[in-house]
Amino acid sequence: MTLTIDRLAPWIFTLGLFAIWEAACRLFNIDQFILPAPSVIVEAMVRYYKPLLRNGFVTLWTTLAGFGLAVSFGLALGLLVGWSRTIYRGLYPVMIGFNSIPKVAVVPILVVWFGIGEVPAIITAFLISFFPIVVNVATGLATIEPEMEDVLRALGANKLDIMLKVGIPRAMPYFFGSLKIAITLAFVGSVVSETIASNAGLGFLMTQAGSNFQMPLVFAGLMALAIEGIAMYAVFAALERRMTGWAVRSSQSAAG
Amino acid sequence: MIRLEAITLAYPTRHGDVVAVRDLSLDVKRGEFAAVVGPSGCGKSTLMKLVTGLVKPTKGRVVVDNHTVNGPLKIAGMAFQNANMLPWRSVLDNVLLPLEIVEPFRSQFRQKRASYVERAEALLTSVGLSGFSHRYPWEMSGGMQQRASLCRALIHEPALLMLDEPFAALDAFTREELWCVLRDMWQRLQFTVVLVTHDLREAAFLADHIHVMSARPGRVIKTKHVAFEKPRDLDVCYTPPFVDLVHELRQDIAEVRTS
Repeated sequence: MTLTIDRLAPWIFTLGLFAIWEAACRLFNIDQFILPAPSVIVEAMVRYYKPLLRNGFVTLWTTLAGFGLAVSFGLALGLLVGWSRTIYRGLYPVMIGFNSIPKVAVVPILVVWFGIGEVPAIITAFLISFFPIVVNVATGLATIEPEMEDVLRALGANKLDIMLKVGIPRAMPYFFGSLKIAITLAFVGSVVSETIASNAGLGFLMTQAGSNFQMPLVFAGLMALAIEGIAMYAVFAALERRMTGWAVRSSQSAAG
Repeated sequence: MIRLEAITLAYPTRHGDVVAVRDLSLDVKRGEFAAVVGPSGCGKSTLMKLVTGLVKPTKGRVVVDNHTVNGPLKIAGMAFQNANMLPWRSVLDNVLLPLEIVEPFRSQFRQKRASYVERAEALLTSVGLSGFSHRYPWEMSGGMQQRASLCRALIHEPALLMLDEPFAALDAFTREELWCVLRDMWQRLQFTVVLVTHDLREAAFLADHIHVMSARPGRVIKTKHVAFEKPRDLDVCYTPPFVDLVHELRQDIAEVRTS
Protein backbone atom coordinates (compact mmCIF):
# COMPACT_ATOMS: atom_id res chain seq x y z
CA MET A 1 0.00 0.00 0.00
CA THR A 2 2.62 2.52 1.11
CA LEU A 3 4.81 1.26 -1.72
CA THR A 4 2.24 2.17 -4.41
CA ILE A 5 1.71 5.58 -2.85
CA ASP A 6 5.48 6.07 -2.68
CA ARG A 7 5.75 5.24 -6.35
CA LEU A 8 2.82 7.39 -7.41
CA ALA A 9 3.76 10.37 -5.22
CA PRO A 10 5.87 12.23 -7.82
CA TRP A 11 3.02 12.00 -10.35
CA ILE A 12 0.40 13.05 -7.86
CA PHE A 13 2.44 16.07 -6.82
CA THR A 14 3.24 17.13 -10.38
CA LEU A 15 -0.35 16.79 -11.54
CA GLY A 16 -1.53 18.55 -8.39
CA LEU A 17 0.79 21.48 -9.07
CA PHE A 18 -0.53 21.85 -12.61
CA ALA A 19 -4.13 21.55 -11.38
CA ILE A 20 -3.60 24.37 -8.86
CA TRP A 21 -1.90 26.48 -11.55
CA GLU A 22 -4.77 25.91 -13.98
CA ALA A 23 -7.39 26.63 -11.31
CA ALA A 24 -5.61 29.82 -10.21
CA CYS A 25 -5.41 31.12 -13.79
CA ARG A 26 -9.12 30.54 -14.34
CA LEU A 27 -10.27 31.64 -10.91
CA PHE A 28 -8.39 34.94 -10.85
CA ASN A 29 -8.79 35.44 -14.57
CA ILE A 30 -5.08 35.96 -15.07
CA ASP A 31 -4.06 37.47 -18.37
CA GLN A 32 -2.45 34.98 -20.74
CA PHE A 33 0.32 37.47 -21.30
CA ILE A 34 1.28 37.43 -17.61
CA LEU A 35 0.94 33.72 -16.88
CA PRO A 36 -0.58 31.30 -19.38
CA ALA A 37 -2.54 28.38 -17.91
CA PRO A 38 -1.12 24.86 -18.42
CA SER A 39 -3.87 24.06 -20.90
CA VAL A 40 -2.83 27.06 -23.02
CA ILE A 41 0.81 26.00 -22.79
CA VAL A 42 -0.01 22.46 -23.89
CA GLU A 43 -1.99 23.90 -26.76
CA ALA A 44 1.03 25.98 -27.78
CA MET A 45 3.28 22.94 -27.46
CA VAL A 46 1.05 21.01 -29.85
CA ARG A 47 0.70 23.87 -32.29
CA TYR A 48 4.42 24.70 -32.38
CA TYR A 49 5.71 21.16 -32.01
CA LYS A 50 7.93 21.46 -35.06
CA PRO A 51 10.05 24.48 -34.01
CA LEU A 52 10.05 23.14 -30.44
CA LEU A 53 11.45 19.81 -31.59
CA ARG A 54 13.99 21.41 -33.91
CA ASN A 55 15.28 23.91 -31.35
CA GLY A 56 14.95 21.39 -28.52
CA PHE A 57 17.23 19.09 -30.44
CA VAL A 58 19.82 21.84 -30.89
CA THR A 59 19.77 22.60 -27.18
CA LEU A 60 20.02 18.92 -26.32
CA TRP A 61 23.04 18.25 -28.49
CA THR A 62 24.94 21.41 -27.56
CA THR A 63 24.28 20.61 -23.90
CA LEU A 64 25.43 17.02 -24.29
CA ALA A 65 28.51 18.10 -26.24
CA GLY A 66 29.47 20.58 -23.53
CA PHE A 67 28.68 18.02 -20.86
CA GLY A 68 30.79 15.40 -22.63
CA LEU A 69 33.74 17.79 -22.65
CA ALA A 70 33.12 18.54 -18.98
CA VAL A 71 33.10 14.84 -18.10
CA SER A 72 36.39 14.04 -19.80
CA PHE A 73 38.13 17.21 -18.70
CA GLY A 74 36.61 17.12 -15.20
CA LEU A 75 37.56 13.49 -14.68
CA ALA A 76 41.13 14.07 -15.83
CA LEU A 77 41.58 17.23 -13.76
CA GLY A 78 39.89 15.58 -10.76
CA LEU A 79 42.30 12.64 -10.91
CA LEU A 80 45.23 15.02 -11.19
CA VAL A 81 44.09 17.21 -8.30
CA GLY A 82 43.23 14.21 -6.12
CA TRP A 83 46.57 12.61 -6.92
CA SER A 84 48.86 15.11 -5.32
CA ARG A 85 48.44 17.52 -2.45
CA THR A 86 50.73 20.04 -4.12
CA ILE A 87 48.65 20.20 -7.29
CA TYR A 88 45.54 20.38 -5.13
CA ARG A 89 46.88 23.33 -3.16
CA GLY A 90 48.15 25.08 -6.25
CA LEU A 91 45.05 24.66 -8.39
CA TYR A 92 42.32 25.03 -5.82
CA PRO A 93 42.31 28.85 -5.50
CA VAL A 94 42.42 29.16 -9.28
CA MET A 95 39.46 26.85 -9.68
CA ILE A 96 37.47 28.59 -6.95
CA GLY A 97 38.12 31.93 -8.63
CA PHE A 98 37.15 30.54 -11.99
CA ASN A 99 34.01 28.94 -10.65
CA SER A 100 32.85 32.15 -8.98
CA ILE A 101 32.85 34.06 -12.28
CA PRO A 102 29.25 34.24 -13.55
CA LYS A 103 29.34 32.33 -16.82
CA VAL A 104 26.91 34.81 -18.41
CA ALA A 105 29.78 37.29 -18.35
CA VAL A 106 31.94 34.96 -20.42
CA VAL A 107 29.45 34.50 -23.25
CA PRO A 108 30.23 37.84 -24.99
CA ILE A 109 33.91 36.93 -25.02
CA LEU A 110 33.10 33.55 -26.51
CA VAL A 111 30.99 35.22 -29.17
CA VAL A 112 33.92 37.46 -30.13
CA TRP A 113 36.15 34.42 -30.35
CA PHE A 114 33.85 31.92 -32.03
CA GLY A 115 31.00 33.96 -33.49
CA ILE A 116 27.30 33.53 -32.88
CA GLY A 117 26.09 29.93 -32.95
CA GLU A 118 26.49 26.62 -31.26
CA VAL A 119 30.15 26.81 -30.25
CA PRO A 120 29.66 29.41 -27.48
CA ALA A 121 26.72 27.36 -26.16
CA ILE A 122 28.81 24.20 -26.03
CA ILE A 123 31.66 25.99 -24.30
CA THR A 124 29.39 27.71 -21.79
CA ALA A 125 27.76 24.37 -20.96
CA PHE A 126 31.23 22.91 -20.49
CA LEU A 127 32.53 25.78 -18.35
CA ILE A 128 29.59 25.72 -15.99
CA SER A 129 29.41 21.95 -15.49
CA PHE A 130 32.99 20.72 -15.12
CA PHE A 131 33.59 22.12 -11.66
CA PRO A 132 31.36 19.77 -9.62
CA ILE A 133 32.91 16.81 -11.44
CA VAL A 134 36.46 17.92 -10.58
CA VAL A 135 35.63 18.57 -6.94
CA ASN A 136 33.81 15.28 -6.49
CA VAL A 137 36.45 13.11 -8.13
CA ALA A 138 39.21 14.86 -6.18
CA THR A 139 37.30 14.42 -2.92
CA GLY A 140 36.81 10.72 -3.60
CA LEU A 141 40.53 10.26 -4.14
CA ALA A 142 41.65 12.46 -1.27
CA THR A 143 39.55 10.69 1.33
CA ILE A 144 41.11 7.21 1.08
CA GLU A 145 41.24 5.73 4.58
CA PRO A 146 44.84 6.18 5.80
CA GLU A 147 44.81 2.66 7.21
CA MET A 148 43.91 1.19 3.83
CA GLU A 149 46.81 3.11 2.37
CA ASP A 150 49.09 1.71 5.09
CA VAL A 151 47.95 -1.84 4.34
CA LEU A 152 48.82 -1.40 0.67
CA ARG A 153 52.07 0.47 1.20
CA ALA A 154 53.27 -2.20 3.61
CA LEU A 155 52.77 -4.64 0.72
CA GLY A 156 55.03 -2.52 -1.46
CA ALA A 157 52.30 -0.78 -3.45
CA ASN A 158 53.25 2.45 -5.19
CA LYS A 159 51.05 5.49 -5.63
CA LEU A 160 49.70 4.21 -8.95
CA ASP A 161 48.70 0.86 -7.42
CA ILE A 162 46.90 2.62 -4.59
CA MET A 163 45.05 4.86 -7.04
CA LEU A 164 44.04 1.99 -9.32
CA LYS A 165 43.04 -0.47 -6.61
CA VAL A 166 41.46 1.88 -4.10
CA GLY A 167 41.36 5.54 -5.11
CA ILE A 168 39.60 5.35 -8.45
CA PRO A 169 36.97 2.72 -7.58
CA ARG A 170 36.32 4.64 -4.38
CA ALA A 171 35.89 7.92 -6.29
CA MET A 172 33.35 6.42 -8.70
CA PRO A 173 30.25 6.99 -6.53
CA TYR A 174 31.33 10.63 -6.15
CA PHE A 175 31.89 10.87 -9.90
CA PHE A 176 28.55 9.39 -10.91
CA GLY A 177 26.80 11.45 -8.25
CA SER A 178 28.33 14.62 -9.69
CA LEU A 179 27.09 13.78 -13.20
CA LYS A 180 23.51 14.40 -12.10
CA ILE A 181 24.44 17.88 -10.91
CA ALA A 182 26.65 18.58 -13.91
CA ILE A 183 24.03 17.70 -16.53
CA THR A 184 21.47 20.12 -15.06
CA LEU A 185 24.13 22.84 -14.89
CA ALA A 186 25.08 22.13 -18.51
CA PHE A 187 21.51 22.95 -19.56
CA VAL A 188 21.76 26.25 -17.69
CA GLY A 189 24.97 27.04 -19.56
CA SER A 190 23.78 26.25 -23.06
CA VAL A 191 20.43 28.03 -22.62
CA VAL A 192 22.09 31.15 -21.17
CA SER A 193 24.37 31.29 -24.17
CA GLU A 194 21.51 30.68 -26.63
CA THR A 195 19.52 33.46 -25.01
CA ILE A 196 22.34 35.96 -25.42
CA ALA A 197 23.82 35.09 -28.79
CA SER A 198 22.47 32.36 -31.00
CA ASN A 199 20.21 31.62 -33.92
CA ALA A 200 18.90 28.25 -32.77
CA GLY A 201 18.02 26.40 -29.60
CA LEU A 202 15.31 26.68 -26.98
CA GLY A 203 16.93 29.76 -25.41
CA PHE A 204 16.84 31.50 -28.79
CA LEU A 205 13.26 30.35 -29.41
CA MET A 206 12.10 31.73 -26.07
CA THR A 207 13.84 35.09 -26.60
CA GLN A 208 12.23 35.39 -30.02
CA ALA A 209 8.79 34.37 -28.73
CA GLY A 210 9.16 36.82 -25.85
CA SER A 211 9.94 39.75 -28.12
CA ASN A 212 6.88 38.80 -30.23
CA PHE A 213 4.73 38.71 -27.06
CA GLN A 214 3.93 35.02 -27.61
CA MET A 215 3.92 34.13 -23.93
CA PRO A 216 2.37 30.64 -24.34
CA LEU A 217 5.26 29.74 -26.66
CA VAL A 218 7.81 31.05 -24.13
CA PHE A 219 6.29 28.79 -21.53
CA ALA A 220 6.12 25.92 -23.99
CA GLY A 221 9.87 26.37 -24.45
CA LEU A 222 10.36 26.28 -20.70
CA MET A 223 8.32 23.11 -20.55
CA ALA A 224 10.45 21.50 -23.25
CA LEU A 225 13.57 22.46 -21.26
CA ALA A 226 12.14 20.94 -18.11
CA ILE A 227 11.35 17.72 -19.95
CA GLU A 228 14.87 17.48 -21.37
CA GLY A 229 16.39 18.28 -17.98
CA ILE A 230 14.37 15.67 -16.14
CA ALA A 231 15.01 13.03 -18.80
CA MET A 232 18.78 13.57 -18.68
CA TYR A 233 18.81 13.63 -14.90
CA ALA A 234 16.94 10.32 -14.87
CA VAL A 235 19.44 8.80 -17.31
CA PHE A 236 22.40 9.72 -15.11
CA ALA A 237 20.65 8.77 -11.88
CA ALA A 238 19.97 5.33 -13.38
CA LEU A 239 23.58 5.09 -14.57
CA GLU A 240 24.77 5.94 -11.06
CA ARG A 241 22.62 3.22 -9.50
CA ARG A 242 23.84 0.71 -12.03
CA MET A 243 27.55 1.51 -11.81
CA THR A 244 27.97 2.08 -8.09
CA GLY A 245 25.09 0.26 -6.44
CA TRP A 246 27.52 -1.06 -3.84
CA ALA A 247 27.93 2.41 -2.38
CA VAL A 248 24.20 2.76 -1.78
CA ARG A 249 23.78 -0.72 -0.41
CA SER A 250 26.86 -0.64 1.79
CA SER A 251 25.76 2.51 3.55
CA GLN A 252 22.32 0.99 4.14
CA SER A 253 23.55 -2.28 5.60
CA ALA A 254 23.75 -2.65 9.34
CA ALA A 255 27.20 -4.21 9.24
CA GLY A 256 28.55 -1.01 7.74
CA MET B 1 63.61 -10.89 12.86
CA ILE B 2 62.87 -7.38 14.17
CA ARG B 3 65.29 -5.20 16.05
CA LEU B 4 64.57 -1.60 17.02
CA GLU B 5 67.76 0.11 18.18
CA ALA B 6 67.21 3.15 20.40
CA ILE B 7 64.58 4.69 18.16
CA THR B 8 63.43 8.28 18.60
CA LEU B 9 60.66 9.68 16.48
CA ALA B 10 59.56 13.30 16.60
CA TYR B 11 57.09 14.88 14.23
CA PRO B 12 56.20 18.53 13.82
CA THR B 13 52.70 19.76 14.68
CA ARG B 14 51.16 23.20 15.04
CA HIS B 15 52.14 23.18 18.71
CA GLY B 16 55.78 22.38 18.08
CA ASP B 17 57.54 19.05 17.81
CA VAL B 18 55.92 16.07 19.47
CA VAL B 19 58.14 13.22 20.50
CA ALA B 20 56.12 10.06 19.96
CA VAL B 21 58.74 7.55 21.06
CA ARG B 22 62.15 8.03 22.67
CA ASP B 23 64.94 5.46 23.02
CA LEU B 24 62.61 2.67 22.01
CA SER B 25 64.33 -0.69 21.80
CA LEU B 26 62.67 -3.96 20.98
CA ASP B 27 63.71 -7.43 19.88
CA VAL B 28 61.43 -9.97 18.26
CA LYS B 29 62.75 -13.34 17.13
CA ARG B 30 61.65 -15.12 13.98
CA GLY B 31 58.41 -17.00 14.48
CA GLU B 32 57.78 -15.27 17.78
CA PHE B 33 54.46 -13.83 18.86
CA ALA B 34 55.14 -10.45 20.46
CA ALA B 35 52.50 -8.30 22.10
CA VAL B 36 52.93 -4.61 22.86
CA VAL B 37 50.78 -3.10 25.59
CA GLY B 38 50.73 0.32 27.15
CA PRO B 39 48.62 3.28 28.16
CA SER B 40 46.73 5.04 25.40
CA GLY B 41 48.78 7.49 23.35
CA CYS B 42 52.06 5.77 24.17
CA GLY B 43 53.05 5.38 20.54
CA LYS B 44 51.92 1.80 19.95
CA SER B 45 50.62 2.60 16.50
CA THR B 46 53.79 4.58 15.77
CA LEU B 47 55.71 1.42 16.57
CA MET B 48 53.67 -0.41 13.91
CA LYS B 49 54.54 2.19 11.31
CA LEU B 50 58.21 2.21 12.29
CA VAL B 51 58.56 -1.55 11.94
CA THR B 52 56.81 -1.65 8.56
CA GLY B 53 58.90 1.25 7.29
CA LEU B 54 55.92 3.54 6.74
CA VAL B 55 57.62 6.24 8.82
CA LYS B 56 61.32 6.81 9.27
CA PRO B 57 62.80 7.24 12.75
CA THR B 58 64.36 10.58 13.61
CA LYS B 59 67.15 8.75 15.40
CA GLY B 60 68.09 5.10 15.68
CA ARG B 61 67.78 2.13 13.37
CA VAL B 62 65.08 -0.39 12.48
CA VAL B 63 66.37 -3.77 11.39
CA VAL B 64 64.05 -6.37 9.89
CA ASP B 65 65.37 -9.65 8.54
CA ASN B 66 68.98 -8.41 8.99
CA HIS B 67 68.37 -5.40 6.74
CA THR B 68 68.06 -1.81 7.82
CA VAL B 69 64.57 -0.59 6.97
CA ASN B 70 64.62 2.43 4.68
CA GLY B 71 61.16 2.35 3.11
CA PRO B 72 57.97 0.31 3.22
CA LEU B 73 58.74 -3.34 3.88
CA LYS B 74 56.83 -5.02 1.05
CA ILE B 75 56.49 -8.26 3.01
CA ALA B 76 54.28 -7.39 5.92
CA GLY B 77 50.64 -8.25 6.36
CA MET B 78 48.64 -5.76 8.37
CA ALA B 79 45.25 -5.70 10.05
CA PHE B 80 43.63 -2.92 12.03
CA GLN B 81 40.75 -2.36 14.41
CA ASN B 82 38.65 -1.43 11.39
CA ALA B 83 38.52 -4.32 8.93
CA ASN B 84 38.98 -1.90 6.00
CA MET B 85 37.37 -4.17 3.44
CA LEU B 86 36.83 -2.60 0.03
CA PRO B 87 33.03 -2.49 -0.39
CA TRP B 88 33.07 -2.86 -4.18
CA ARG B 89 34.95 -6.14 -4.00
CA SER B 90 33.58 -9.48 -2.90
CA VAL B 91 35.20 -11.08 0.15
CA LEU B 92 37.23 -13.31 -2.15
CA ASP B 93 38.53 -10.38 -4.20
CA ASN B 94 39.34 -8.49 -1.01
CA VAL B 95 41.41 -11.40 0.23
CA LEU B 96 43.16 -11.68 -3.16
CA LEU B 97 44.14 -7.99 -3.13
CA PRO B 98 47.69 -8.46 -1.75
CA LEU B 99 48.43 -10.98 -4.50
CA GLU B 100 47.66 -8.28 -7.06
CA ILE B 101 50.40 -6.15 -5.50
CA VAL B 102 53.15 -8.31 -4.02
CA GLU B 103 55.71 -9.92 -6.29
CA PRO B 104 56.10 -12.69 -7.43
CA PHE B 105 52.33 -13.24 -7.30
CA ARG B 106 51.57 -10.00 -9.07
CA SER B 107 53.12 -10.90 -12.42
CA GLN B 108 51.55 -14.34 -12.38
CA PHE B 109 48.16 -13.21 -11.18
CA ARG B 110 46.35 -13.80 -14.47
CA GLN B 111 47.80 -17.25 -15.20
CA LYS B 112 47.59 -18.59 -11.69
CA ARG B 113 44.36 -16.99 -10.61
CA ALA B 114 42.62 -20.36 -10.19
CA SER B 115 45.24 -21.64 -7.76
CA TYR B 116 45.20 -18.32 -5.87
CA VAL B 117 41.43 -18.51 -5.55
CA GLU B 118 41.82 -22.03 -4.19
CA ARG B 119 44.34 -20.77 -1.66
CA ALA B 120 42.07 -17.92 -0.61
CA GLU B 121 39.11 -20.28 -0.24
CA ALA B 122 41.19 -22.61 1.92
CA LEU B 123 42.26 -19.70 4.11
CA LEU B 124 38.68 -18.46 4.41
CA THR B 125 37.56 -21.97 5.35
CA SER B 126 40.20 -22.11 8.09
CA VAL B 127 38.71 -19.02 9.74
CA GLY B 128 35.17 -20.36 9.42
CA LEU B 129 34.13 -18.35 6.38
CA SER B 130 33.62 -21.16 3.87
CA GLY B 131 30.76 -20.33 1.54
CA PHE B 132 31.05 -16.59 2.15
CA SER B 133 33.63 -15.79 -0.49
CA HIS B 134 31.15 -14.31 -2.96
CA ARG B 135 29.39 -12.15 -0.39
CA TYR B 136 30.19 -8.48 -0.12
CA PRO B 137 31.80 -7.18 3.08
CA TRP B 138 28.77 -5.09 3.96
CA GLU B 139 26.64 -8.22 3.97
CA MET B 140 28.66 -9.61 6.89
CA SER B 141 28.96 -8.87 10.60
CA GLY B 142 31.94 -7.02 12.08
CA GLY B 143 33.46 -10.25 13.37
CA MET B 144 33.22 -11.91 9.96
CA GLN B 145 34.79 -8.88 8.28
CA GLN B 146 37.66 -9.04 10.75
CA ARG B 147 38.19 -12.72 9.95
CA ALA B 148 38.35 -11.83 6.28
CA SER B 149 40.76 -9.01 7.12
CA LEU B 150 43.06 -11.54 8.80
CA CYS B 151 42.90 -13.70 5.67
CA ARG B 152 43.83 -10.71 3.54
CA ALA B 153 46.80 -10.02 5.81
CA LEU B 154 48.01 -13.61 5.46
CA ILE B 155 47.19 -14.61 1.87
CA HIS B 156 50.68 -13.82 0.56
CA GLU B 157 52.20 -15.83 3.42
CA PRO B 158 54.11 -12.89 4.85
CA ALA B 159 57.00 -13.50 7.19
CA LEU B 160 55.62 -10.76 9.40
CA LEU B 161 52.09 -10.01 10.58
CA MET B 162 51.42 -6.63 12.16
CA LEU B 163 48.18 -6.28 14.11
CA ASP B 164 46.95 -2.97 15.52
CA GLU B 165 44.17 -3.72 18.03
CA PRO B 166 42.47 -5.96 15.50
CA PHE B 167 39.79 -7.24 17.87
CA ALA B 168 39.09 -4.07 19.86
CA ALA B 169 35.78 -3.30 18.15
CA LEU B 170 34.30 -6.77 18.64
CA ASP B 171 32.13 -8.16 21.40
CA ALA B 172 33.76 -10.34 24.04
CA PHE B 173 32.63 -13.69 22.64
CA THR B 174 33.62 -12.94 19.06
CA ARG B 175 36.93 -11.60 20.31
CA GLU B 176 37.77 -14.84 22.14
CA GLU B 177 36.73 -16.81 19.08
CA LEU B 178 39.11 -14.80 16.93
CA TRP B 179 41.94 -15.20 19.45
CA CYS B 180 41.64 -18.92 18.80
CA VAL B 181 41.49 -18.36 15.03
CA LEU B 182 44.68 -16.32 15.20
CA ARG B 183 46.35 -18.84 17.56
CA ASP B 184 45.61 -21.71 15.18
CA MET B 185 46.85 -19.83 12.14
CA TRP B 186 50.03 -18.87 13.91
CA GLN B 187 50.63 -22.44 15.10
CA ARG B 188 50.12 -23.68 11.58
CA LEU B 189 52.02 -21.07 9.54
CA GLN B 190 54.74 -20.01 12.01
CA PHE B 191 55.00 -16.35 10.98
CA THR B 192 56.27 -13.58 13.24
CA VAL B 193 53.55 -11.50 14.86
CA VAL B 194 53.58 -8.08 16.47
CA LEU B 195 50.25 -7.47 18.16
CA VAL B 196 49.55 -4.01 19.50
CA THR B 197 46.71 -4.13 22.00
CA HIS B 198 45.31 -2.61 25.14
CA ASP B 199 43.63 -5.86 26.12
CA LEU B 200 46.00 -7.45 28.64
CA ARG B 201 44.21 -10.80 28.60
CA GLU B 202 44.53 -10.90 24.84
CA ALA B 203 48.26 -10.25 25.12
CA ALA B 204 48.75 -12.84 27.85
CA PHE B 205 46.72 -15.49 26.04
CA LEU B 206 48.41 -15.15 22.66
CA ALA B 207 51.95 -13.87 23.10
CA ASP B 208 55.37 -15.35 23.82
CA HIS B 209 56.66 -12.02 25.06
CA ILE B 210 54.74 -8.99 26.26
CA HIS B 211 56.43 -5.61 25.94
CA VAL B 212 55.10 -2.88 28.23
CA MET B 213 55.46 0.66 26.96
CA SER B 214 55.66 3.84 28.98
CA ALA B 215 53.48 6.90 28.53
CA ARG B 216 54.50 9.34 25.78
CA PRO B 217 57.25 9.62 24.73
CA GLY B 218 56.97 5.86 24.57
CA ARG B 219 59.67 3.29 25.15
CA VAL B 220 59.64 -0.33 26.25
CA ILE B 221 60.10 -0.37 30.01
CA LYS B 222 59.55 -4.03 30.67
CA THR B 223 59.51 -7.27 28.71
CA LYS B 224 57.67 -10.18 30.20
CA HIS B 225 58.08 -13.75 29.01
CA VAL B 226 54.85 -15.73 28.93
CA ALA B 227 55.63 -19.31 29.81
CA PHE B 228 52.25 -21.05 29.43
CA GLU B 229 52.41 -24.13 27.31
CA LYS B 230 51.40 -23.81 23.65
CA PRO B 231 48.97 -24.23 22.01
CA ARG B 232 46.96 -22.66 24.76
CA ASP B 233 43.36 -23.35 25.54
CA LEU B 234 40.96 -20.56 26.51
CA ASP B 235 40.73 -22.21 29.93
CA VAL B 236 44.24 -20.98 30.65
CA CYS B 237 42.73 -17.53 31.11
CA TYR B 238 41.04 -18.70 34.29
CA THR B 239 44.10 -20.23 36.00
CA PRO B 240 45.76 -18.37 38.90
CA PRO B 241 49.15 -17.83 37.14
CA PHE B 242 47.36 -16.21 34.19
CA VAL B 243 45.33 -13.97 36.46
CA ASP B 244 48.52 -13.04 38.34
CA LEU B 245 50.27 -12.15 35.08
CA VAL B 246 47.42 -9.93 33.92
CA HIS B 247 47.30 -8.32 37.32
CA GLU B 248 51.02 -7.62 37.26
CA LEU B 249 50.80 -6.07 33.79
CA ARG B 250 47.90 -3.97 34.92
CA GLN B 251 49.93 -2.58 37.80
CA ASP B 252 52.86 -1.81 35.52
CA ILE B 253 50.63 0.20 33.24
CA ALA B 254 48.89 1.94 36.14
CA GLU B 255 52.34 3.03 37.35
CA VAL B 256 53.47 4.48 33.99
CA ARG B 257 50.17 6.27 33.62
CA THR B 258 50.56 8.14 36.90
CA SER B 259 54.29 8.82 36.64
